[in-house]
Amino acid sequence: MHKELRRVGAVVVLMFAALFVSSTVIQGVQSDALGKDPRNTRTRYDSYQVERGPIVLADGTIIAQSVPSNDEFRYQREYPQGPLYAGVTGYFNPIQGATGIEQAMNDYLTGTSSDQFLTDLARIVNGQPARGARVELSIQSKVQQAASEALGNRRGAVVAIEPKTGKILAMVTNPTFDPNGMASHNSDAVSALYKDLLANPLDPLINRAIGGNLNPPGSSFKVIVAAAALASGEYTAESEFPNPQFIELPGTSTKVYNFTREACGPGETVTLAEAIRQSCNVPMAELGIRLGADKIREQAEKFGFNTPLDVPLRVEPSVYPKGGDVPSTALSAFGQWDVRASPMQMAMVSAGIGNGGVMMKPNLVNRVIAPNLDVVKSFDPEKLRTVVTPDQASELTKMMIAAVATGQSNNARIEGVDVAGKTGTAQNGVDDPYTLWFTGFAPAQNPEVAVAVVVENDGDLGHHSSGNIVSSPIAKKVIEAVLNK
Amino acid sequence: MSTEALNTRAPASGADALQADTGVIRTMRKLRMPKTHRNRELALLIFACVVNAGALMSVQLGALGQIEPEILALCGALASLVFGLHICLRFVARDADPIILPVATVLNGLGLAMIYRIDLARNVSGWSAASTRQIVWSSIAIIAAILVILLIRNHRVLFRYTYLFGLGAFILLLLPLVPGLGRTVGGATVWIGIGNVVNFQPGEIAKIFLAIFFAGYLVRTRDTLALVGKKFLGIRFPRLRDLGPIFVVWLMSMGIIVFQHDMGTALLYFGMFTIMIYVATGRLSWVLLGMGLFLGGAYFASQRLSYVSGRFDAWLDPFSQANYDKVGGSWQLVQGIFGLAHGGFTGTGLGQGRPNLTPLAESDFIVTSLGEELGLAGLFAILALFLILVARGLRIGFSTRDDFGKLLAIGLAFTIALQVFIMVGGVTRVIPLTGLATPFLAAGGSALVANWIIVALLLKLSDGAKPELEEAPRA
Repeated sequence: MHKELRRVGAVVVLMFAALFVSSTVIQGVQSDALGKDPRNTRTRYDSYQVERGPIVLADGTIIAQSVPSNDEFRYQREYPQGPLYAGVTGYFNPIQGATGIEQAMNDYLTGTSSDQFLTDLARIVNGQPARGARVELSIQSKVQQAASEALGNRRGAVVAIEPKTGKILAMVTNPTFDPNGMASHNSDAVSALYKDLLANPLDPLINRAIGGNLNPPGSSFKVIVAAAALASGEYTAESEFPNPQFIELPGTSTKVYNFTREACGPGETVTLAEAIRQSCNVPMAELGIRLGADKIREQAEKFGFNTPLDVPLRVEPSVYPKGGDVPSTALSAFGQWDVRASPMQMAMVSAGIGNGGVMMKPNLVNRVIAPNLDVVKSFDPEKLRTVVTPDQASELTKMMIAAVATGQSNNARIEGVDVAGKTGTAQNGVDDPYTLWFTGFAPAQNPEVAVAVVVENDGDLGHHSSGNIVSSPIAKKVIEAVLNK
Repeated sequence: MSTEALNTRAPASGADALQADTGVIRTMRKLRMPKTHRNRELALLIFACVVNAGALMSVQLGALGQIEPEILALCGALASLVFGLHICLRFVARDADPIILPVATVLNGLGLAMIYRIDLARNVSGWSAASTRQIVWSSIAIIAAILVILLIRNHRVLFRYTYLFGLGAFILLLLPLVPGLGRTVGGATVWIGIGNVVNFQPGEIAKIFLAIFFAGYLVRTRDTLALVGKKFLGIRFPRLRDLGPIFVVWLMSMGIIVFQHDMGTALLYFGMFTIMIYVATGRLSWVLLGMGLFLGGAYFASQRLSYVSGRFDAWLDPFSQANYDKVGGSWQLVQGIFGLAHGGFTGTGLGQGRPNLTPLAESDFIVTSLGEELGLAGLFAILALFLILVARGLRIGFSTRDDFGKLLAIGLAFTIALQVFIMVGGVTRVIPLTGLATPFLAAGGSALVANWIIVALLLKLSDGAKPELEEAPRA
């Protein structure tokens, strides 16, 4: 019997060994991952006990902070600037959850990120109350303010980036909401407000600057097609294309006209540079057909199309679809067909060209600072990829300068400053309102800012509006705000 | 050795001379051997009570920020009962194992502290509080243990009533199916109740009856079971007609799964029987046969019974949204796992976590509650305590001289191990989650009474086991 008993003992030891292992896996190995599961209510309840760190701008402007409240949640989140930064900060509500930077940087704001482990230990030793870290954004209040005022009540978005670093200087979306309402601890009021916002057909909860509501880029996409043409090595800015009043797309009866319904200037032929300056569709369609969809898509993807990106807010990837036939490719060459872009994407295109072909990774966050003023994490400029060669970048810049100086994008002109840019007036359907674009950078030779503006719904002006009428002036004000600091 | 033999084997009709003799020998032994075991037990008991009082006060400080003397006084009264049990041992079982009682005490106390902590979080007190009921049940359980120690002077009495215990277990198991008496709690029909007053799980007591029955039965029949049969693949398999008993137990377990919806209890009974038949016969074929039968039955049940298949799905993929959202899905299990994960290595500290977010935090999920507040370190300590308890039980089986006592000790010790494995393994995803009581820790009267009776039986058995035998064990 004793031999069997010993074996039973071994079985018991094995059984307990399994329990030791399983509990170690859950409490040791997977502990962090399980804590991050959005269904884990414990993590959320814990966050109530912590004074959530503020979200600030580099100049010290507070755009989100926690103030003591007399309820079970202990702190009330407050957004002193109201709706101005709603698209950036999102909201934090202890019951409903969080969006925007509040969500993307939650670990730091609550002080639970692994980077803060040592600070946290020191805090426990010193017996101080738990406090989250301060998140400092790259947004400049002056630029944000100017962008918001310039956009006004129009439905759209503005993004401004510093081309050399990728720092996002402004990110405005309209319509938007007041995050203070969403941060309320009155559950019923929040639910009612949330339902209203969801039911609103204009989608105020969507940050149009980074997508979720992508638009056809229209003529602003011509910059990318021009880049593809230069990159192919077969074309230069002076390459010539036929200049009829319209072309019929191969295999269809669809006719493509220029925006003016006239030929692109008096000549028999027209150069690529001139097509960009005057924003002509017919030569671009011809160029698109000659390049083919693959080359255009390849260049678009270099600029960031079809690729997800976190800034650290998730940017909805802009789309250049696969499998386009010849007529679709022709339409895509002036940003129609199924091509879709976000303002962030178009700002990145300008920033990449402006920075000599080197695209920096766009980023909203400068650094994270612990309550004891230690810098927990700083986000240094990071190269994303090379989009064009320096020579091609300078060719493209020249074309874009001409477009603003004397061409179709002239409403972005600023006295004494070379502005490079390109407008777009995109059709959404035969009778649907246009989407109005501008993207560009300035000063052209040494850019301090790249900007993209999108205005939906004709800018409320009807079909006689255009990117140059509505969006160029907005971009101009944003550029001025950056340069006149 | 001889003194003990005289003690236990003193004939009732013994001559005066012999009785006088034993009297002298007893006195001599008392003089020669101080009560080292009991003194050691006393020291450990005091330590256990200090730990328990510390746990209770930590809970109060953590959750309330102050000490409330009322509950401490109640637990003090409970502690005095444990010391009463210790004093009884000094008189009637002075050579009993000194580790078992302190370990059971500290486990009972930690469980109580955690149940009390969850009551505080739920803001309940008085009779609606699980902790109050647990205190009352603990005292009933310890008194039951004292009675067992005092009344059963010799465990071999139990051997005489082997079949009576078998019948008793059968009746106890059927009780919940009696209309008007049975209660269905959490889908399992394993409770009986009289009005709304007492709820009792007869299956817990049946567990002990079955252990006694299996031990007695196997001692009587093990030679036939062990020696006859054909060899196949190097393993001797039993004759068909000798398979009867294992089939009966298997059918009983399957009946519990099908009619009472209680997979954990079925696994517990069957596992206990399999281990005991293996120890009795020394034949691996019984274990293989038993495991095959049970796994086959469980597989069949998982295909045909929705409550079983739901448990399997929840076990295999608890984090999929579909299983998480399903009624009877993995939500509950995942809450427990979140609790454990929240505790991490060192825990949140008693009274400072959120174990009450997990349903059944005071019963089925008491281990995740403890793991959350005491951390992996605390959970390891608790598992180690259980391992010590089981090891002491197996050791008693090792040193008990008669085979009935051996089998009984092993059976009882193994049930504790198996219950811990089924419950802790269930909440940490080693096996599918089933409802059983984690011994001593979980809220629930019947389980407490049963486990304290097991403690009493083990203590009694250990008293009969001679230390000298350990040095020269029988083959």
